[in-house]
Amino acid sequence: MIEFRAVSKRFDDGTVAVDDLDLVVEAGTITVFVGPSGCGKTTSLRMINRMLDPTSGTVLVDGRDVLQVDPPRLRRGIGYVIQQAGLFPHRTVLDNVATVPLLSGWSKRDARARAAELLELVGLDGDMGRRYPVQLSGGQQQRVGVARALAADPPVLLMDEPFSAVDPVVREGLQDELLRLHAELGKTVVFVTHDIDEAVRIGEKVAVFRQGGVLAQYDRPAELLARPADDFVASFVGKDRGYRGLSFVDPAGIEVRGGATTRLGEPVSPSREWLLALDADERPRGWLPPGTSADGPLTEDLLVPGGSLYERGTAVRGALDSALSSPSGLGVVVEPTGRYAGVLRGAQVLDVIDRERAERG
Amino acid sequence: MIFVDVWVWLSDPENWSGAGGIPARVGQHLLYCLAATAFAALIAVPLGLYVGHTGRGGVVLVGGGNAIRALPTLGLVTVLYLVAGGGTVPVLIGLVVLAVPPILAGTYAGVQDVDRGVVDAASGMGMTDAQRLWQVELPNALPLLMGGVRNAMLQVVATASVAAYVGLGGLGRPLLDGLRVLDYGQLVGGALFVALLAVLLDLLLSVVQRLVVPRGLRLAPASAARRRVRRGVDDSSPQKLVATAGQPDSGGSRA
Ligand SMILES: Nc1ncnc2c1ncn2[C@@H]1O[C@H](COP(=O)(O)OP(=O)(O)O)[C@@H](O)[C@H]1O
Ligand SMILES: [Mg+2]
Repeated sequence: MIEFRAVSKRFDDGTVAVDDLDLVVEAGTITVFVGPSGCGKTTSLRMINRMLDPTSGTVLVDGRDVLQVDPPRLRRGIGYVIQQAGLFPHRTVLDNVATVPLLSGWSKRDARARAAELLELVGLDGDMGRRYPVQLSGGQQQRVGVARALAADPPVLLMDEPFSAVDPVVREGLQDELLRLHAELGKTVVFVTHDIDEAVRIGEKVAVFRQGGVLAQYDRPAELLARPADDFVASFVGKDRGYRGLSFVDPAGIEVRGGATTRLGEPVSPSREWLLALDADERPRGWLPPGTSADGPLTEDLLVPGGSLYERGTAVRGALDSALSSPSGLGVVVEPTGRYAGVLRGAQVLDVIDRERAERG
Repeated sequence: MIFVDVWVWLSDPENWSGAGGIPARVGQHLLYCLAATAFAALIAVPLGLYVGHTGRGGVVLVGGGNAIRALPTLGLVTVLYLVAGGGTVPVLIGLVVLAVPPILAGTYAGVQDVDRGVVDAASGMGMTDAQRLWQVELPNALPLLMGGVRNAMLQVVATASVAAYVGLGGLGRPLLDGLRVLDYGQLVGGALFVALLAVLLDLLLSVVQRLVVPRGLRLAPASAARRRVRRGVDDSSPQKLVATAGQPDSGGSRA
């Protein structure tokens, strides 16, 4: 558990970066600090491992005032990941990851063996260990950064905008990886970002900061989106917060129906409705428009590309999107294996949301 | 013809033996250069590391370095020689004073130039100040530090000729004698040896540099350049500090 008690930080030039912060980060959770640039997120984070010391107030880690612990010792027990990864360019990837075990007095052999385990844990090839940081992509460097932070198995992991510098596709992969690692290792993670989407995606609790280092709201993401504490939080979480809140609606109530389908390779006979074309593996390939006729069997070039696919059981937001993006107006539902499961209508999703809202009161 | 004169001077066996012979002159010159650069490094590297690591005194250091660069080496050596009443020490001190600023600048720039994220991560991982200096800042400063040493060596080689003005031999002797009696063969021949020595010493130091600079850093400029080419951007900014502080420059004599 990490606790901020009436913590303030004023820099020498008079800037108040953090103003009277009271906040408890529960052990074993991912807590996200989010807010516009310059609102004191990094400063707050760095007071946990004493990269900065508070001007007043107390920071406790597991009930112990951090000011009582010698900084190097404290930091060896707290994982630290930063935006530019900060890998040591003169050391191999393996030796980068072995840094903290070596500092803690492990033998070189043990430290390297441990480092190799961690590379595997974060999904990197063993071969990667022999490379140098400059030979890695941005996403790979961040994985190494995470492996290095986890090497001595610290109970706490601090991450300062770790994925902000990588492109969106890679970023999403890294976020999933972090969630998987967290489920596996159960660390207490404090994660800083300026991106509200990232915050609600990975945070169990989210602390929204405003200019001047003031905590504006500290809540579960669903609550944050549904009930922002004030205008600042409402505008920060964005105009489409209602739509993004769909990520937190229980999808169990959505009834999946059978739809009209056809198969690649079968004869084409004109139909009055849209037909969903499946391949031999039962995977959806696209929509056949009403009234299409052709001499030969059904081929892909007769099809209109489909919308997004909704994987059964995942967030309701995806269900609504599948219906909205489908040319036929019917959202295509698939099993986790990718096999066709059925279709749904947008109105069904809205019904589920209404029902849930009525239940919550 | 000047080439003929040089050839005559070079091919005279008389010039290749004895205390005034070419081998002895080269040896003396080499000794002054190596000793002066080594002493300078002993002073400048620790000082540069300290200032770069703590960030304290950077302004003083740059100003002091520039002031020293402005000193005329020949004047300095002459004054020291007169004060000390002769001997090799004044010459060496003059050369050391000349060699300190480039090494200091290279070391300081090398440490200052280490990526801020890397330094931050080093502390954040739990390195003490000393561990951060030895394990992270020094290895990463080596390319620029070595650039400073090479720069210093080139200047010292060119300037060590001043030793001859105060009667201490070295390759300044044939320059001086050649000038006095207008023996251009000897003059140009001596200059040729100074140039040759400078090239050879720089070559030697480039080998040393290859040996001491960590592999991960030697890969860096190549990969960065490749990435730049791939992106089609011509951005030479990562090299800017190298150009100002690290690379051997003209190395022109100030004697
Ligand atoms: N070392 C420093 N000296 C003076 N002001 C600083 C320093 N570090 C940060 N600040 C200021 O403190 C405020 C909070 O900074 P920071 O915690 O980095 O914000 P964030 O991480 O939320 O973008 C900003 O106004 C910033 O300019
Ligand atoms: Mg920040």
